[in-house]
Amino acid sequence: MSRKKDNYETSRWRKFKSWVDGETDPLDHGMEAHEAIPPREDIYDSPAHEKAVKEELSRIYGEDRKAVLRARGIRYFQRFYKVMSVVLCLGIIMVLLWTVASLPITGNASNPDNNEVAARYIEKGLQETGAVNIVTGMILDYRAFDTFGESCVLFIGSCCVLVLLRLDGDSKNESIRKMIAESDDRHFEPKNDIILQKCACVLVPIIMIFGVYIVLNGHLSPGGGFSGGAVLGSGLILYLNAFGYGKMGKMFTEKLYKRITLCALTFYCLAKSYSFFTGANHLESKIPLGTPGAILSSGLILPLNICVGLVVACTMYAFYTLFRKGGM
Amino acid sequence: MSFVQNFPFFSIILAMFSGIVSSVLSGKKARNLSLAMIVVTTALSAGTLAFCLKTGQSYTYMMGHFPAPWGNEIRAGVLEGVTAVLFGVVMFLSVAGGMTHTAEDVEDGKLNLFYIMIDLMLSSLLALVYTNDLFTAYVFVEINTIAGCGLIMIRQKGRSMSAAIRYMIMSQLGSGLFLIGLSLLYDVTGHLLMSPAKESVELLVASGSYRLPLLVIMAVVSVGLAIKSGLYPFHYWIPDTYGYATPTGSAVLSGLVSKGYIFLLIKIFYRVIGYENLVGAQMINVLYLFGVAGMVMGSVHAIQETDTRRMIAYSSVAQIGYIYMGIGLGTTAGMVAAVFHIFAHSATKALLFISAVGLYEVSGDRKDFVSLRGAAYRNPLAGIGFAVGALSMVGFPMLSGFISKLLFATSAFDSPTKMLPTLFVLAVSTTLNAIYFLRLVITLYSRRREGDKPLPPNPVKKSSRGLKFAIVCFIGLNLVLGMASQPIVQAITDGLAMFE
Repeated sequence: MSRKKDNYETSRWRKFKSWVDGETDPLDHGMEAHEAIPPREDIYDSPAHEKAVKEELSRIYGEDRKAVLRARGIRYFQRFYKVMSVVLCLGIIMVLLWTVASLPITGNASNPDNNEVAARYIEKGLQETGAVNIVTGMILDYRAFDTFGESCVLFIGSCCVLVLLRLDGDSKNESIRKMIAESDDRHFEPKNDIILQKCACVLVPIIMIFGVYIVLNGHLSPGGGFSGGAVLGSGLILYLNAFGYGKMGKMFTEKLYKRITLCALTFYCLAKSYSFFTGANHLESKIPLGTPGAILSSGLILPLNICVGLVVACTMYAFYTLFRKGGM
Repeated sequence: MSFVQNFPFFSIILAMFSGIVSSVLSGKKARNLSLAMIVVTTALSAGTLAFCLKTGQSYTYMMGHFPAPWGNEIRAGVLEGVTAVLFGVVMFLSVAGGMTHTAEDVEDGKLNLFYIMIDLMLSSLLALVYTNDLFTAYVFVEINTIAGCGLIMIRQKGRSMSAAIRYMIMSQLGSGLFLIGLSLLYDVTGHLLMSPAKESVELLVASGSYRLPLLVIMAVVSVGLAIKSGLYPFHYWIPDTYGYATPTGSAVLSGLVSKGYIFLLIKIFYRVIGYENLVGAQMINVLYLFGVAGMVMGSVHAIQETDTRRMIAYSSVAQIGYIYMGIGLGTTAGMVAAVFHIFAHSATKALLFISAVGLYEVSGDRKDFVSLRGAAYRNPLAGIGFAVGALSMVGFPMLSGFISKLLFATSAFDSPTKMLPTLFVLAVSTTLNAIYFLRLVITLYSRRREGDKPLPPNPVKKSSRGLKFAIVCFIGLNLVLGMASQPIVQAITDGLAMFE
């Protein structure tokens, strides 16, 4: 026995069919869904959106009792959300602290991390890598692949900052050219701040020499490419602040930056590839280790430190200029 | 030592090197270099796979002059080889299919930066696949995260910026938890390389010491990587991220990046923590629960979505749920099904994103249902591609999704307690999948009607040859995975056995 439906338009099948056809949206109670919602790409910067927000607000705070209740529900939910997030965080903190309390005590001779790995690094590190500074020997020889990855992290980080902040001078887009004109602070240069310039005159050479020292002595004393490069980069930034882009541009341009980064990373890549290849295939490496303690020693570590130092210094300087005005 | 054994190392270094060189090239040259590099690395991976299949065992490769617990090491076996080949193929087709759109979406001066991201992304994926060292894994997880952010935000339009920020925050949270897990693990084992770390973990489990830290390590590492791969309760970055990136970006992020993290998680489970310890600690039950919830909730969200690209993105949430459900079954058969679903989903989701682009091209770049009506007649090839992808996701025989659903269902019988819920949720999720995917397919294949909102003027753009080529190859890949699945499943089983 089937019952004949006379109102097809409101039947369930009709609703389902129209939803399959993309005409209606069950959530919008039969409204034309796609007319009501503007395309999402520009939802936030269209005047229609602002108007919709205003209407929504007036509806919520208006006389409509249902809307008031809903707004109250949202408020309660937000309060609940805040309380729950604090409770969750405290819970995780408690668990982690409890875990830390049951870990081995630092400095105990019988700790698991006090094993044959650390013993060989300390006892044979000097002999096998030629580096007096064991830390440098570890990061640039024993675990050089990780360090190559780390320098690629820096490289890709600076690429991302370029994507985000570089403003293209030849861009056809009117608004970008306007942004360049607005952010260009070269008109105010040189600032001729006597105190800053005199201080920079004294400090910049010292900082640069100290940076070079840290990089070159990375295998002999505490330091190395990462820390020395940071010192070099801060020296460049100080010089830029004191004397402006005009003077800096004579020495350090975007072209030079690209060349230095490319050469440093390429050399690192090729040198380490050679070393990995010979190591894995049990071939004799042709690179001499030299006498430990001399400046020209420890095989590839010194050139690799120089490469890392250059990359770090350039990256720091590039970050500064990009954040300041979107280009070098 | 045979020369072939160098290939994994060559492929990682080659990908990184071409990324570095691309920084001084023009956009077009960088693109060509990138495509050439992907072809070469995929060939190298295939060589590695052939070698491993021939010898029937895995091998480790010293990165430098120092052996295992002191120096870095990578490892290649059958499963690594298969994954690397598949990742290479999907990467090549995604880049080739989306390259005209990439050139439109990205500023001219920044095009080479896009391909740097692609190169380094591939190198990090390969490193995650081949690594035998936990800290190397962390370093390349970092590269992967930053490259992913770059791929999203390079399209500086609309909501891609907020999507990138959301992705970055969630991803960094995941990386942070993963790093905490690694530090704790180093503290209790004293090793960063996987094989010696596993020996120490086994000793600790046998002696019963450091039980709480081990439990926390399992939880923190799993949750960290689950956040990064978009498991259900941590999935809120997915729709924006996949919905507003460039087509290539969406395909790569959904098809490869999340799969790389899951592969790493499986590797850590087998090669560091020990799968039987996870089963013993009930950790997999948590993953199972989240996976099952994701299978249903991801589909529910997808049904509610009106923007088709976000709908495809939400369907990823459901598919990631399938993978974690397979891992959570706690049997080898479940793990095989999960790994096969990694392959099936990465081939299918990339196909869906790429062919959806072909359909938007002929609908005036609109992504809603009404504008897409009849799009399959305006661009037949993209319509077929989308229909194949949708049917594969639903589980149509002959396509890859069918095999993975079959594997999930049969593996459910191995674990008596989880059999009924698994089969029930599989049925529910398949129905929900069918509802939203077939709805779109029906829309694509119905004629435009009177009174439909008119398309913008000049709506029909011709698709590029790259796009057509990519769609055809993706359909072929799906058919291969669906019809010649037996050797692949066998390779996965062998590869998992080599992990022990």
